Parts: sequence; structure tokens; C-alpha cells
Amino acid sequence: MEAPGQALLSVRDLHASFHTDAGVVKAVDGVSFDLRRGEVLAVVGESGSGKSVTAMSLLGLLPSPPARVSGQVLWKGRDLVGLAEPEMRKVRGAEIAMVFQDPMSSLNPLHTVGRQIAEVVRLHTTSSKRQAWERAIEMMDLVGIPQARRRAKSYPHEFSGGMRQRVMIAIALACDPDLLIADEPTTALDVTIQAQVLELLQETKERTSSAILLITHDLGIVAGMADEVLVMYAGKVVERGPARDVFYRSRHPYTLGLLAALPRVDDEAADNRLRPIEGTPPSLIHVPSGCSFHPRCSFRRLETCSVDEPPLAAHGGEAHRAACHFAEDVVSVAPADLQRSVPSAAAAAPGP
Amino acid sequence: MAGSILASATAEAGDLAAPALDGGQRDGVLQRVARRPSGVVGLLLTTFVGVVSSFSGWIAPGDPFLLGNPALLPPSGGHRFGTDNLGRDLFRAVVHGMRTSMTVVVWVTVISAVIGITIGAVAGYRAGVVDRALMRVTELFQTIPRFFLALLAMSLFEPTLRTLIIVLGLTSWTLLARVVRAETLSIRTREYVESARAAGGNDVHILVHHVLPNILPTAIVVISLGASRVILLEAGLAFLGLSDQDRMSLGFLINNAQQFLEQAWWMSVFPGVAIVLAVLGINLLADTFNDVLNPLLRREPAGARGSILRMPGGEV
Amino acid sequence: MSAGYLARRLLGVVPALFGVLAVTFVLVHAVPGDPAVLLAGEAATPDRLEEIRRDLGLDRPLPQQFVTYAANVARGDLGVSISQGRPVNAIIAERIGPTLLLSGTALGISSFLGLLLGLVGARRPYGRFDLVVNTASLVGYALPAFWLAQMAVLVFAVHLGWFPLLGYTDIRRELTGFDHLSDVGYHLALPALVLAASEVALLARVTRTGLLQELGRDYVRTARAKGAAEDEVLNNHALRNALLPVVTLLGTRVGFLVSGAVVIEAVFSWPGLGSVIVTAAQQADRITMLGLVLVVAVGVIFANLLTDLLYGWVDPRVRHR
Ligand SMILES: Nc1ncnc2c1ncn2[C@@H]1O[C@H](COP(=O)(O)OP(=O)(O)O)[C@@H](O)[C@H]1O
Ligand SMILES: [Mg+2]
Repeated sequence: MEAPGQALLSVRDLHASFHTDAGVVKAVDGVSFDLRRGEVLAVVGESGSGKSVTAMSLLGLLPSPPARVSGQVLWKGRDLVGLAEPEMRKVRGAEIAMVFQDPMSSLNPLHTVGRQIAEVVRLHTTSSKRQAWERAIEMMDLVGIPQARRRAKSYPHEFSGGMRQRVMIAIALACDPDLLIADEPTTALDVTIQAQVLELLQETKERTSSAILLITHDLGIVAGMADEVLVMYAGKVVERGPARDVFYRSRHPYTLGLLAALPRVDDEAADNRLRPIEGTPPSLIHVPSGCSFHPRCSFRRLETCSVDEPPLAAHGGEAHRAACHFAEDVVSVAPADLQRSVPSAAAAAPGP
Repeated sequence: MAGSILASATAEAGDLAAPALDGGQRDGVLQRVARRPSGVVGLLLTTFVGVVSSFSGWIAPGDPFLLGNPALLPPSGGHRFGTDNLGRDLFRAVVHGMRTSMTVVVWVTVISAVIGITIGAVAGYRAGVVDRALMRVTELFQTIPRFFLALLAMSLFEPTLRTLIIVLGLTSWTLLARVVRAETLSIRTREYVESARAAGGNDVHILVHHVLPNILPTAIVVISLGASRVILLEAGLAFLGLSDQDRMSLGFLINNAQQFLEQAWWMSVFPGVAIVLAVLGINLLADTFNDVLNPLLRREPAGARGSILRMPGGEV
Repeated sequence: MSAGYLARRLLGVVPALFGVLAVTFVLVHAVPGDPAVLLAGEAATPDRLEEIRRDLGLDRPLPQQFVTYAANVARGDLGVSISQGRPVNAIIAERIGPTLLLSGTALGISSFLGLLLGLVGARRPYGRFDLVVNTASLVGYALPAFWLAQMAVLVFAVHLGWFPLLGYTDIRRELTGFDHLSDVGYHLALPALVLAASEVALLARVTRTGLLQELGRDYVRTARAKGAAEDEVLNNHALRNALLPVVTLLGTRVGFLVSGAVVIEAVFSWPGLGSVIVTAAQQADRITMLGLVLVVAVGVIFANLLTDLLYGWVDPRVRHR
């Protein structure tokens, strides 16, 4: 157990790269953050910004080769990077559990769901087959799968997407982990099911005083759940801070762009579609010079932005940091209509 | 990969259908093949076999059935591969046997490639009823082992090279058709194909200009693997005595060697090695080609949502 | 397995059987001239020709001829052999045993070795062992079985004397019971290994590739995230999924195995269908050839049926459909 007041998870200068025929893909490039018990940290960013690779490197799940991971992942004070496999396996599933994006493919099609939940119990406890099976049923009950005892004998293909994601969550929670990493847990689900799954995650966190690392490209989800937000672009953290600050006092143009891309709830009649940020994410093999966002940025001044890489500097308090040369300009222009576009953030922003 | 393609195709795998290459990326495939040892060996062997069979009359002039040398001479300067029980020069016989082999392979490959690509592309592109009907026919052709069908045809019809080519050509397209169909099914829903259709593009035009270039890499792998099987089939049939009696054939030579195994190993070894070299060359090429194409096929555009935990160099 | 699945599979056999009959029927009639003369040979007596015409109903319209033909085959009546003057089904029944024994043994050997080698190769992809297996597979897959058979005879029987040269049993000794069986086994070993060789090559590669492919799937990532060791991931998760295409492949290999068997039988003087084919080919005995092809094709159809059922047994998604 971590020392009192110490972070449960401390990531320092994490790097992850893939050595491919085409070159070195720098998928994660110097990411740092802390996560305490009872906290929800959201990692946001467009597809390909390195969110999943970050999560996978925490657990040592990247295939090597081609992946190379360096930096520090301090888990309860112990560095997980370079930890021997057998030790790492004791952490996976038991202390840190993971829920993946696509519940359709994340379950073994040939095993009953009960068996798949029981497996993780058997891996980390001394329980008998019978006990593990009972635990599986208990977990299915807990995550709200009706008729758990009967359904435990069903196969994944007999479940709907939402129910499968519940099974995934049951697997993740079966050993009472201290940290749950949820990698886009609702992206593949219908909107109504999404809400249910998120609620389930929220409940879990409150019940078990665990921490959640919530990965998503959907800021709408973040607003309702996260305490802290980490914004990633091209493998780097470009902004991070308390959810409220990041939403209302965004200091990075990329965050502004993400917020602008949200559907606007108050203005149904008008254009209610997503407005993606213009341009495409950069190649992670040949990252642009200077600030990697500058080619897509409306605030840029080429002579600065294409040359110097901005540091992740504090703005308005130690906690809120952004990597932008013109962070102050950004916060001053954050237009009113942008703020209106995330009303749920206002409602759900964490109190003091 | 020999096996994997077979397996995926027989397992009715839609997921064999990997995204194909864009024009720019296709450049350099040959160079990439030539950069791998297996590719170099494959190219060399195939070229060698090709040259020998094309210039057989020049390399080993004369009638390969010609008798008159002393019988059962071991390999020597005069008869590089020795002579057989009837005093035929085995070097000449093997060279001409290779030519027969290649004649059959080239024709069968052309016929079966045309049929297979047409049926597969039409089935995949049209989908629905046409697809189901064509796949039924394909399954039917897969039911009867090609070898036995060829046996039957060679015994019913005049056992000439032409009969053999027609029978093998008409029965060797099934795997190709299934693979092409799977690829086409995945391509037809791509944006550029859909927009070409929406723009009122003529089906044949779309098939030839949009679908075909995309299925070609996979098709070539399947076609070449098929070709190497045809060499073995032809040899097997000739070995059983079902071949054109007027054409020298490697299978016939090996059959002839059977009784003299103990006295004259060369009668079996040289024709056998000739078959192995031809088959191995094509297999190596197909295999390397497949390997080289795969990383390309599997790579995702930068920034696209990447699925993690891909094994390096994953094979189709 | 649901009854519906079983019924559908069984019903699926019907069009295949029909197709085989149709293809062979068309082939026989595609040859210019009188089918009776074609089948019985130029030298046949008028009586014999008459008999064949009657058997096949050649005086009736084509559709009726087809029905007659199908009915004959369904009854197991494959006509009378031209070269031997005996019913073809009797000849086949007499000779099919050794062929089945040979191909069955080869199937067993190749499945076992192929899976094993594939599994070991996938455990350390691109490792030294994997490289050796891969190269050996490539070469193995390029070897004509009958030539490999001759080379094996040359090395292992002629030079080393480890195996008998040829035959099914030692005809000089009259063995019974266990001695007979072990003698057959001794004679069977070399041909079965030779026949299995190229199948091992194929199966090892398919298994390896399938495993590597499965190891990259999402559910395997889930298993790893649960804390399962790599061996557990391979054995409990990836292997069974990877076996699905292998099962299908095995079904389709039956035809190839039988084809391979009849060819190498000639090398080992193995008294199976191969010798029937060689004789039939030499004597232009088309009736026998036709009967053989029908029997093999039907065998392949049922082998595929068996594979489908096996597949359904392994894969719940198919089973529940
Ligand atoms: N095994 C791999 N080999 C090469 N590149 C990879 C691999 N896995 C992921 N990547 C690349 O890493 C980058 C980050 O991916 P990812 O973390 O999945 O993004 P996301 O933010 O959408 O989760 C992407 O460009 C992706 O293509
Ligand atoms: Mg992701």
C-alpha cells in the first residue's frame, strides 16, 4: 500500500515507441501524471494520440518487439517498467484491471462468460473452481446482468454489446483492483447503454475507493465523471489540470478544438453535428518541428511555434498546465458559445 | 503463406480481406522481394526453370525418347544425368520433361486465373443471389478431388496434353475464386468504389479499374501457389501412367525409375530434383511476396485508431 | 449441438452428391461417340455393349439416363469392370481397406506432428526452431510424395534396411493375430510417414500462422490483462481458436491424402486403390475409373460433413445457429 498522501500511481516521463519497417513510431513521448485513490483521471485526445498505448505501457502489455517503453511507472512506490514478467502478472488483473474498447472482440468466443470471469479469480486467488464460479456469478449480479446464474453459462455471442461490456467490467472488478483502466469503454455502445456503463463505473469507484483512468475521445463523458483531465496530442500531454479548469479555462488551442467539436446541446435546431478540428493528426514517425500542433493551430505564430517546443508550464495555479506559447491568448478568447457547449461539465464539475 | 491462405480461404474468412495498397505503395514490391533471401532464391529458381524450359530444344537438342545409348549408364561427362534402362539420355529427358511441366502450368494457370478472378470478382461485387449461386458452384468443384477428376478425364478422353490442360484449368480456380470474392466483398463498400458507382460508373469499368488492382496482390500469391500444385499434379498423373505418351514428362521418368531404384538412383533423383526446384522456386516467391505485402496490407494510416498488440510481421 | 444445425448439415450433403453425379455424368456424355463403346472399349463384344446400354438406359432421353445412373450408384451398383470382369464395387471394397489404413495413419501422424511443430514455432516466432520448421515446411511442401517415397525407399529400405522394401505384410511368413498386426504396422510405417510429410509441412505452417494471428486478437489481450501467463494464454485461449481453421483444413485435406495415397501405393506395392487405378489406366478400364472417382468423391463429401460437425462441436457460435 502506498504511503499516506502519496499517489497510487505516479507516471514519470513515460516513452513508448514502435520500431517498424517504416521508422520509429513515437506513440507516447514523455507523459507524466499522478493518480490518487478515489480519483478519476480522464485521458482525452483524438484517435491515434497515444492514449491506448499509454494505458498498455502501464501494464506492460505492449508487444516487444516492436514496442519499447522507458520512463517510470511508480505503482504504490514500485516501478513497473522493467519489472519481471511473473511480478507483473501479479499486478495485472488483480491490482490494476483493464476494460477495453470493443466488447465484441475482447471476450474469447469459445468460453462461457462465467468461465472468463472465474479465470481471473483463479489466477489471483487460491479459490477452488466452484468458489471462483460463485464469485463470477456474484460479479455478474453486481454489474447488473439479470439471471446471472443462468447467463454465466452463456457464450459471448449470446450477449448484446452492453451486456458484454458489463461482463468485461465484471472481469476487471472480480479481484477488487485498486486501479481500473477503462479504454474507451463506451465507444462501441449505443448512447443509452453508454450512460448505464458509465454509471456502473462511477458506482464502482465510490464503493471500492479505487481509482479510475478513463480513456476517451468523447469530452462529454469526461465532463460528467473526471476529477482531473489529461489532454494528449501526438503522444504528448498538451494540457492537464482539474477538469473544471481544463474545460472553462482551456489554455491549449487543441483543447479548445476538442471542446468545439462537441455536439451542442442547447442549439438543436442549428448545426448539431460534430465539428472536427481542421487538418489531420501528424505522422508519429515524422512529428512536426516545434509545437507538434502548430500546423493545425489558429493561434500559431510560425517564427515561434514551428521552432520552439513549448514546455508544459503552469498557468493560474500549479495544477493546471498547458504546453502552448500563447496559453494566455487562448484563455482570453475562449468564447462564450464554447462554454455553452459543455453544460454538463458545469453541472458535474467536482465541488471543492 | 501457403498454409494460411489455404486455411483462411477454406474457413470462409472474410478477414483475409486485408485493405489493399494504394498506387504509390505498390512500387517497390519486387525490390522488397529481392531483398529477402527467400525471395532471391525463389526468383533465381523460377528464372532458371523458366529459361531451361523455354530453351529446351537449344539446351538439349534432339528427341528425348531417342534410344541407342548404353543402358543404365551412371552420370558422366557424356551423359550428365546418366542414361535409363532403355539407353535414353536422362539430361535431355529431364530438360524436355521440365518443358512439358511448364507448358501445362502456364496454360492451366492462365485458364484458372481468368475463371477464378472472374467468378470471385463477380460474386463478391454482385453479392446476394449471384454470389450464393457462384459459391455453390465453387463448392461443388471443390468436392471432387481435382486429381481424380483429371484421372477420369484422361481415361475418358484422348490422353493428350490438351485434355490435361483443359481439365486442370477447369478445376483449379476454386481457391482463387474464394479469396478474390472475400477481397472484393470488402472492397466494394469502400468509399471510392461506392462513389464510382454513385457516379454511374459502368460495372465492368469499376471492376477492372478499381476492384482488380486491389485484389491483384493477394490474387498473385494464390495463383502462384496454385501453379506449384499444378506441377505436382501433372507429375503425379504421369507417374500413374495418365499422361500424353508423346510428351516427355518428369512423372513418367520417375515411374520408369521405380524398378531400377537399387541399380540406378540417377533415374529417379534427377527428374525428382527438377520437380522440387520448380515447385520450391514458385513457393518461395509466393511466400516472400505474401510476407512483403502483408506488413503493407496491415499497416494503418498514421493517426488512425490503432489496434495494439499486433504481432510483428503478422501473416494473412 | 442444435438439431437444426445437424439437420442442415446433413441436408447440405444432398446437393454435393447430386453435383458429383452430374459432373461425372456430363463428362461421360461429353466424349464424342457412343458412351457404351467409350466405357466398354473398342474391343467389347456386342453382348457387353448391349448390357451397358441397358444398365445405363442409353436408349432413353438424357434426363432419364441420369436418373437411371443415379439410382444405380445409389444402390451401390458401379457396373462391371472391363479389365477384370467383376463388379467394380467388389474390386473397390477389396482394395479400399489398405488405402484407408494408409491415409488414416498419415492423417493421424500429420495432425499430431503438424500441430506440435506449429505450436512450438508460434511460441517463439522467428526464433531458431521456428526458422528451421518454416524452412523444412517450405521444402516439404514442394516434394512430390511419390518421389519422396522413392527416396525414402532408397535410403531407409535399400541402404539402411530399417524398413521393408514393399508390400503390406511379409508374404513369406504366415502371421496371425498380434504378429500380423505388428507386421502390417512395420510395412505401413514408411509409406505413412512419407505421405504425412507434406501434410505435416502444411499443417505446421497453418497452425503457426493461425496461432500468431490469434495471439494478436483482442480477447488474448484481455487474457493477458487478467494476469495470465503466456503459456496459459496460448493453451487456454489462442490454441482452441486457432484450431478452428485447422479443423476445416483437415476436412479438405482428406481428398488430397487419398490422392497422395494412391500415388505412393505404386512405389510401395501397397495393395490399395492405387493398383486398381494403374491397372484401369493401362487397360482403359473406364467403368472402374468412374466407379473409383465416385467412391472417392462421396468419401470426401462425408469427410467434409464430419469436419463441419466437429467444427460445430468446437465453436458455440456455429452450434447455436
Ligand atoms: N503495434 C503497433 N505498431 C506500430 N504502431 C502502433 C502500434 N500500436 C499502436 N501504434 C501507433 O501508435 C499511435 C497511438 O495509438 P493509440 O494509443 O492506439 O491511439 P489512441 O489515442 O487512439 O488510443 C498510433 O499512431 C498507432 O498507429
Ligand atoms: Mg485507443
